[in-house]
Amino acid sequence: MFSFIKKYTETMQDISFYPIFSLLVFVAFFVGVLWYVKVMDKEEVDAIKNLPLEQ
Amino acid sequence: MQVESFQYDNKTVRNFAIATIIWGVVGMTVGLWIALQLVFPTVLNLQPYFNFGRLRPLHTNAVIFAFVGNGIFMGVYYSLQRLLKTRMFNDTLSKIHFWGWQLIIVAAAITLPLGITTSKEYAELEWPIDIAITIIWVIFGFNMFATIIKRRERHLYVAVWFYIATFVTVAVLHLVNSFELPISLFKSYSWYAGVQDALVQWWYGHNAVAFFLTTPYLGLMYYFMPKAANRPVFSYKLSIIHFWALIFLYIWAGPHHLLYTALPNWAQSIGIVFSFMLIFPSWGGMINGLLTLRGAWDKVREDVILKFMVVAVTAYGMSTFEGPMLSLKSINAVAHFTDWIIAHVHIGGLGWNGMLTFGILYWLIPRIYKTELYSKKLANIHFWLATLGILFYAIPMYWAAFQQASMWKQFTESGQLKYQFLETVTYMRPFYAMRSLGGVLYLSGAIIAMVNIFKTIGQGTLVANEDAQAPALEKAYTKHTGEHWHRWIERRPTPFLILSLVVILIGGIVEIVPTFLVKSNIPTIASVKPYTPLELQGRDIYVREGCYTCHSQMIRPFRSETERYGEYSKAGEFVYDHPFQWGSKRTGPDLAREGAGNLKKSNAWHFNHMDEPSAISTGSVMPSYSFLIDHELDTATTPLKINAMITLGVPYDKGFAQIANQDLMVQAKLLTADLKKDGIEVGPNKEIVALIAYLQRLGTDISKK
Repeated sequence: MFSFIKKYTETMQDISFYPIFSLLVFVAFFVGVLWYVKVMDKEEVDAIKNLPLEQ
Repeated sequence: MQVESFQYDNKTVRNFAIATIIWGVVGMTVGLWIALQLVFPTVLNLQPYFNFGRLRPLHTNAVIFAFVGNGIFMGVYYSLQRLLKTRMFNDTLSKIHFWGWQLIIVAAAITLPLGITTSKEYAELEWPIDIAITIIWVIFGFNMFATIIKRRERHLYVAVWFYIATFVTVAVLHLVNSFELPISLFKSYSWYAGVQDALVQWWYGHNAVAFFLTTPYLGLMYYFMPKAANRPVFSYKLSIIHFWALIFLYIWAGPHHLLYTALPNWAQSIGIVFSFMLIFPSWGGMINGLLTLRGAWDKVREDVILKFMVVAVTAYGMSTFEGPMLSLKSINAVAHFTDWIIAHVHIGGLGWNGMLTFGILYWLIPRIYKTELYSKKLANIHFWLATLGILFYAIPMYWAAFQQASMWKQFTESGQLKYQFLETVTYMRPFYAMRSLGGVLYLSGAIIAMVNIFKTIGQGTLVANEDAQAPALEKAYTKHTGEHWHRWIERRPTPFLILSLVVILIGGIVEIVPTFLVKSNIPTIASVKPYTPLELQGRDIYVREGCYTCHSQMIRPFRSETERYGEYSKAGEFVYDHPFQWGSKRTGPDLAREGAGNLKKSNAWHFNHMDEPSAISTGSVMPSYSFLIDHELDTATTPLKINAMITLGVPYDKGFAQIANQDLMVQAKLLTADLKKDGIEVGPNKEIVALIAYLQRLGTDISKK
């Protein structure tokens, strides 16, 4: 099923790059989420926040 | 804007509520039973159906999928309708979901004591039930999604995000881990072998904790805690960070279940780093939950529902602090395979899931029955019994685990191991007794809750269809000025689902794909050969009896382990193990080299030990397996099993399946002839013979010349 990938990955060098890669992906993602939260509209946040309390 | 009238479906909510409490009591009773089996092994192990190895999966499955599962659906069906201001999409789908889920639970309750199991922890159910789970899960997901699409509220509150992530991730986990090759209606082999099987299993196992026991309950926390405290969540922005960071990080953390094992080092490192980082979103969530009660702490003193919720969130904080700590190698070296892990999961199970479920039940049942809770006093008694039960459960287990781990690791001055394994087992028994007392307290509380809930139901009338009104959703959405892309995704459930899927897939792909594809990850060992047909049959008996619930097959590279069990385990030794049997707990000793070196015992020893363990090892808590002496081995399955193994890539010779039973009989007769020398008469076609052959094979390959 993966034969076309397998050909290259079987000989993959420096598997230790993987942990670093993972960390970088997460940091990038996390920074994105922080930015996203920072620029959120305050009024809208308050409206959403109160959704469970609406009858 | 036009206000529309509609009705909420409370009947499905009620059904799931009753199911969660009944199955909760059943699952906890089985838990108490197996806890007491370790105190009174000869009295309470009723072979073959009710031995520890068969009941322990029943306990875990009942508590996770029946108690917590129904708890999730109860909370989701209640909150989703209200958060989206609409009725569930389709009542028939809700009904199929409810009854289908209960049937799956009944199927589990029947098949697990019968020994029908895949032996993959929390995924023990065999392939036909796996398919049923897939169908019912898709029905649940479809019903939920269709409800989201017909909603009257533009924004999706964070609880709904957690539900979406739960749905999509559990689907992925279940599908990937349940890849198996059926050989009959009740037996299949895992598609993966050895290290790969272990990695997939613990990627699943860990994320079952994450996405079945945690994310849906966080969704419930974000809805029901503000409800019960009558104030909004402390910080909505924090809940967004909590959500994305949590679902991103969790999926990577599985390998922390496999530290110091034969899993490649880079995968272990990823597991540790991501597990440690998990503490931040987890505690962010806990703090967010507790601070929701800011200014309402006086209420906590009087309101029993808030008490349950506070203990639940505190337990969440404790276990999510402990989890990252346990994934540090130095702590894991001590805690893994001991009862520390059992204590840890019960803080989560009894504390987080249990207390939140009961808190929600006490809040929700009077509301849908338009009445008051039957007795606040009983609920208070329940609260104290449950809280004390958790402490009585966990403290003896932590204590015992420290002691046992230290006893396993101690050497005398002359460099010998100080304690026999059995000595550490007998040391544990008083702690097992105290733990059972904790279980009795918690279970008593749950029974009181059941009575209280049923009395409440009795005095009220179910509002099966609750009237509600809300403005219709405006078709054309007017954008705010300066609006960002994230608002767009928050309003659209399908791209949201896809984004969640991508986020959780990244971790899985980075960890799992290289392990499958990079050859150098699993160095092959030339002397490791496939099992003989008799050993293969014996191995399936080992799987059927759930031996993995008490015995590991994984010697870690510590002196205290190599002295006790022999050469540490290598990845290449497990390449023909479908499924892997590394285990996660050592109530009994490791068996990876049971047939090799100093551990090798005679066939007669194994025979007598299986017949009556405590007669051979005084103080042993192992159940008797004397029925294996009478049970005939089903040799009709041998060719099927060999062919299945060939399909899975095990290098048996072509046409070997046809002659496998001859080979099996030759080996069985040799073994019975050897037993006869020790005065034991047993037919070569008995199950015990196959099991002994398997045990004698364990760990011998690498010492072959």
